[in-house]
Amino acid sequence: MEFVLSEKTLQVIDGVLDEDLLSSGATCALLVDRSGYLIANRGDPSDIDVVALAALSAANYGVTEEIARLVGEDNFSLLFHKGATENIHYTKIGDDFFLITLFNKDVSLGLMRLKTAKVKSHLLPILQEDN
Amino acid sequence: MSFLDLSKREVHVKIVYYGPGRGGKTTNLLHIHEAMTDAVRGQMVSIDTKQDRTLFFDFLPLSIGKIFGFDIRIQLFTVPGQVIYNATRKLVLKGVDGVAFVADSQVSQREKNIESLENLRDNLADIGVDISKIPLVLQFNKQDLAAEGIPLLSEADMVSDLNSVYNVPCFNASALTGEGVFETLREISKTTVKSVARKLMPSLTSGMT
Repeated sequence: MEFVLSEKTLQVIDGVLDEDLLSSGATCALLVDRSGYLIANRGDPSDIDVVALAALSAANYGVTEEIARLVGEDNFSLLFHKGATENIHYTKIGDDFFLITLFNKDVSLGLMRLKTAKVKSHLLPILQEDN
Repeated sequence: MSFLDLSKREVHVKIVYYGPGRGGKTTNLLHIHEAMTDAVRGQMVSIDTKQDRTLFFDFLPLSIGKIFGFDIRIQLFTVPGQVIYNATRKLVLKGVDGVAFVADSQVSQREKNIESLENLRDNLADIGVDISKIPLVLQFNKQDLAAEGIPLLSEADMVSDLNSVYNVPCFNASALTGEGVFETLREISKTTVKSVARKLMPSLTSGMT
């Protein structure tokens, strides 16, 4: 399978990430494919190596899915890492993509979950339509 | 799954270094990382155990030249070779575009090479990929051990064991000294990029912007 991303689609994706996540306080939002490719990257990742973050997160996501399967679940509904200042939230988008949202301690997890669900509903048809 | 970014004019391909445990897959990537300039290489990430065995994978992104005006970005991954880590090997193979199989040339590792290649075939089949249809290169690693008097398999034996069916390019190598490392990388990169370009040809030539 090959994935081709047109400039127009990327602009739409960037717009959705800006409007729904960055404007709500997320510091960074990455759209990643399950093989580990970074598709889109918005916000200020400052000194984070986003290419490595995408590859590691794809592995992390795959592992979590396998663990879920081992205990008889299709997947866990929430994948979230909480740090002292930075938090990471993962959202599955269809079978081939997921969203990584970074946000700090001043933003609530509940708000990010609401916003990422909205992003998912916006991006899923776009990604499916493009390929 | 290869990925074509028409906005940044980049082609992304994924190459996995596969093979038996302790065969030198990580050493291949380390040598590549050390030999490349910062302009070409990204940060190398390794997830290994305390015994320096790869637990999950190593990851090294490279930028190597252009095709049809598109920058080529290659993501190199290794898998853990130990038999018990098959679930993680399958995860790393997801979306693979080409495979470099690193075999251990020691006589004592003969069966492990064959088992690992069969395991690669089975794991690819599980994700719907036919091993005979994906770019594949073999590397016969650890040739330097001959100088220490350690018995090695002959090239003919290695070819008979591993390459009689697939008949793909193969290289003698010593990842520790660097011999054969870049020949392997060059060949698997070339065949993988060609293979991906064939599939993406309409988009590459039209630009679709």
